[in-house]
Order: sequence, then structure tokens, then C-alpha cells
Amino acid sequence: MEKIEVKGISIELNEEGFLTDSAQWNNDVALELAKVEDIELTEKHFDVLNFLRDKHSAGETLTIRKVGKSGIVDIKGLYDLFPGGPLKKSSRIAGIPKPTSCV
Amino acid sequence: MKRFLILGAGTAGTMMANKLRKSLSVDEWEITIVDQHKTHYYQPGFLFIPFGIYNKQDVIKPKTDFFPPGVNVVFSEIDRIDGENNQVFLNDSKVLSYDMLIIATGVRTVPEETPGLKDKLWYKNIFDFYTVEGAIALQKFFKSWEGGKLVMAIAEMPFKCPVAPIEFVCLADWYFTQAGIRDKVDISFVTPLPGAFTKPIATKMLSTLLEEKNIKVIPEFYIQNVDNETKELVSYDNQKVPFDALTIVPVNMGADMIENSGLGDDLNFVPTDKETLQSKQFENIFVLGDASNIPTSKAGSVAHFSAEILLENLMSYIEGRPMMAKFDGHANCYIETGFGKGALIDFNYDTEPLPGTFPLPGIGPFGLLKNTKINHYGKIMFRWIYWHILLKGKEMPIEPHMTMAGKVKMK
Ligand SMILES: Cc1cc2nc3c(=O)[nH]c(=O)nc-3n(C[C@H](O)[C@H](O)[C@H](O)COP(=O)(O)OP(=O)(O)OC[C@H]3O[C@@H](n4cnc5c(N)ncnc54)[C@H](O)[C@@H]3O)c2cc1C
Repeated sequence: MEKIEVKGISIELNEEGFLTDSAQWNNDVALELAKVEDIELTEKHFDVLNFLRDKHSAGETLTIRKVGKSGIVDIKGLYDLFPGGPLKKSSRIAGIPKPTSCV
Repeated sequence: MKRFLILGAGTAGTMMANKLRKSLSVDEWEITIVDQHKTHYYQPGFLFIPFGIYNKQDVIKPKTDFFPPGVNVVFSEIDRIDGENNQVFLNDSKVLSYDMLIIATGVRTVPEETPGLKDKLWYKNIFDFYTVEGAIALQKFFKSWEGGKLVMAIAEMPFKCPVAPIEFVCLADWYFTQAGIRDKVDISFVTPLPGAFTKPIATKMLSTLLEEKNIKVIPEFYIQNVDNETKELVSYDNQKVPFDALTIVPVNMGADMIENSGLGDDLNFVPTDKETLQSKQFENIFVLGDASNIPTSKAGSVAHFSAEILLENLMSYIEGRPMMAKFDGHANCYIETGFGKGALIDFNYDTEPLPGTFPLPGIGPFGLLKNTKINHYGKIMFRWIYWHILLKGKEMPIEPHMTMAGKVKMK
């Protein structure tokens, strides 16, 4: 179990660096998590993060294709925003659990 | 007279027609089932066609062989469901009204979703084995192939029968060994997942198996397009995998009819309560089989286990009682691993596939996550069970809920 400090609040991460409590997420937490990935967040990034959070809280399974059809970015654009494992990285920065594709 | 309508007469729809006709009074309920095709395909058999183990006649039977007396059968394509008005529109402009509806239209492969896939190399160097046509074209191709780079690729998650591509490469290893050209065939397995399979313990077992067979796994490869000129798979982050023969599981989607009805998600799967199997949008619509979005395998075994739960809930719903039966996501898959052997995995929503043994009265036990001969016979026997027991909705000696008996806890 790892912890990071954001503006004086201690935030817990699991072994893979995902937030254990999605409710602790805010923009500052996102900026901090993005640093670990060497990503500088822009407005476009936040549009994707908010889309992921909305879909996650609606109980939907997230896929790269779904983000690609969101109207926010296409799949290529998603790879540009979050290079190498875009769904995993964006989910981590969005403070939601690691996406699991079903068997 | 009340009307019960079943859309789709594949594995799930046919099973439910049989179960419901037994459970619902003929004086009160009329049952109608609709499908666009007259032929029932035994899809698990498609896997064996490319290797000449099965041919087309081994996997087809007329659908009418499996419907019980007292069920109306309509052969027509379904255009859409009007859930507000309890009506279904068929393509020949017929309209069917219902009191209760089951959606069992399964999934289909959509190669058009991947640019360059259904192009000039389609069925020349590029094949699928998820359709009977693709499996037969591949059988012809393999017969005269002299070797080269064979690539098995998965376009998107989820897809039905998630173990089938692994079985395919294992059988290819066996087939080309028998043909005496295994040293000329380079086999790789391309997947968008981080490993050979989705769940950690099974992935470990399957990775070892593939490694032993000298099959290379290329993980986290998300296909952008197929380059027909250079014969390469291209990923979104610009990795390339060259092939001489490409076998692919194209994107799997629910029927267009689901989209026309406004009932699906982005892949046309119907949002469904994973325990009761009721659709999230309309309370008199239930979903069984591959068509739903429940988070477990899209497999015949899942349709079978959940059918018993669904029947119980339908009867409760009809009689105005609360729906008490809950599906646990139970799936059970035989994995054909070549050279007359097989493995077996058994799992549900909460428990990943574990090693151990699987008790099946009279026949088993089968080794779980183990590569054995008896598991291979399980797979071969399954075809007989499918035609004679499963489709007819008869009882099987396996509980619908997963059991921990015989499994070895790993944590
Ligand atoms: C290669 C392969 C290997 C497999 N191996 C296994 C295995 O080893 N074990 C296992 O458990 N499962 C296996 N499966 C999966 C199994 O076949 C499916 O999960 C199962 O058939 C799903 O049943 P279903 O009724 O939901 O869909 P299907 O059986 O696909 O039936 C859907 C029906 O709906 C009809 N339909 C669709 N749209 C319309 C429309 N608009 N109008 C009219 N009719 C329509 C179709 O014609 C079809 O008859 C395998 C599948 C494949 C492809």
C-alpha cells in the first residue's frame, strides 16, 4: 500500500498505483497522478478523465473503443494523450479502478 | 391468451423455448420464437474445421429438430423492438406483440469495424473461424500451405468463447507437427490484453503452455488496421506484426436490431441485471446468452447455467412474486490444447479459474487448469451433450451455481 500527499491530504493507492477510494479524487489528485506518468494534463485530458468517471459511476465497462466513440477524442487521439496503455493510464489518473475486460 | 416471444433461436433461445413450454400452461400462454436462419450451427465445432477434424455437416442441423411441439416458429429477420408498446417489427413488415420478451440474438463478428480487414486478402491470406464460411476457407488454405508466419489476432474485447483463440494456436501447433512442417511455421498470438488470458492464475498456466509449444504471445496490441500491401497488422501505437496467414477474431457486436431498438451499449450488448437477467430498460424484457452485457464469458455453458436461473425468475415475475434466483456468472470451459489433450476452467463473477478437480457425477473428475486426456474427451463429448441434452433444455448433472468442491484456494 502506497500513499501520496496532495495539498495536505493523504491519499491511498493500491499495489498498481490506483486510488483505493475513488471519492478522494479531484483535479489536484489527477495532476499529481499524471506526474508519475510524465503527462502534463490539458483540458482535453480532463474531458477524457471526466468521461471515464461518469461511465464508471454509471456501472459501465470501459473499453478503448468506447472512449473512441465518445466524441471527445478518437482512438489515435487517446493514444497521443496517454501514450502506452492509454486506458490503464487514463483510468489510473481518473481515480477509478483498473479496467477489467471480462473473460 | 398471453404471448411469450423469444427473439433468436440459437443456443439460448432454443433452450428457453423448451424450458418454457414445459413450465407455462398451453391454455394461458402462446410461445413464439423468431430467427433469421433455418440452420442451427454448433459453433464450438467451428474450431475443429480448419484442421480437418470436423467438416460442415458435423456442425449443422435444422433448427426445427430442436423446438418442442406447441411453439410457433417464425423464420424472418427482426428489425426492431418497440419496448414502450410491447411490439416487435420483423423485416417483412410483420408485427408481433408480446406480454413477455426474451432477447437471445447473440453476437456476430463485424470485420468491417477494422480498416483493411475485409479487403483483398480476406479469405486469401486472412481468415476468421467464427463463421462456418471462414472456417472452411481456412481448411482449404491450410491443406496446401507450405509454412510461414501464422498470426492469431484478437481485434477487441469482449468476444465470445474467450479461450477459442488459445485453442486455435494449440491445435495449429499439433496440426503442423503432424504435417511435418512445424519448423517452417512461426506461430504468434496477438492480443489487446496484458497476457494470454484475462484472469491471473489461468493466464499463468496458459502462458506456460504456449511457451512450451513455442508460440509467441504479443500482448497489449490494439489493432488499428491491416495493411494489405505489406501484409502487416498495425497497432494504434504503431507497432507492426507481419503475417503470411492471419487468423482473426473480428470485433464482436450484438445484432443491429438491438441498435435499431435503442436497447444496446456501444457494442450493441443489452444492459442487463447480472443477477436476475432482467433488462435494465423494460421490466418485461429479459436477456439470455451472448446478447447481454453481464460481466462473464460469452459462452454456451454460461447460457446453459443462467437459463435455469432465468426460468425461475420468469415464473416468479409472471406470478407476481419477487425474483429470488440470482445468477453468479458461472462459466465452465474445456480448452482443447492439442495432441489429444485438454484443460478445463470453471469460474464465476467472484472466483477466478482455480486449479484442482471438477466433479462430474458418472464421468469426472476432470482436472482443472491441468492438461489431461480426459479433458479432451470432455470437449469431444460436449457436441453430443449439446445436441441431445442442452438444446432440448433437459437437466444436466451440473449445478447452475459454481461449487468450490475440488478447487484449490490459491490465496
Ligand atoms: C469458434 C467458437 C467456439 C466456441 N466454443 C465454445 C465452447 O467450447 N464452449 C462454450 O460453452 N461455448 C463456446 N462457444 C460460444 C457459444 O457458441 C455461444 O456462446 C452460444 O452459442 C451463445 O448462444 P446465444 O443463443 O446467445 O447466441 P447464438 O447461439 O449465436 O444465437 C443467436 C441467434 O439469433 C439469431 N439472430 C441474431 N440477430 C437476428 C435478427 N436480427 N433477426 C433474426 N434472428 C437473429 C441468429 O441467427 C442466431 O440463431 C464458441 C463459439 C465460437 C464462435
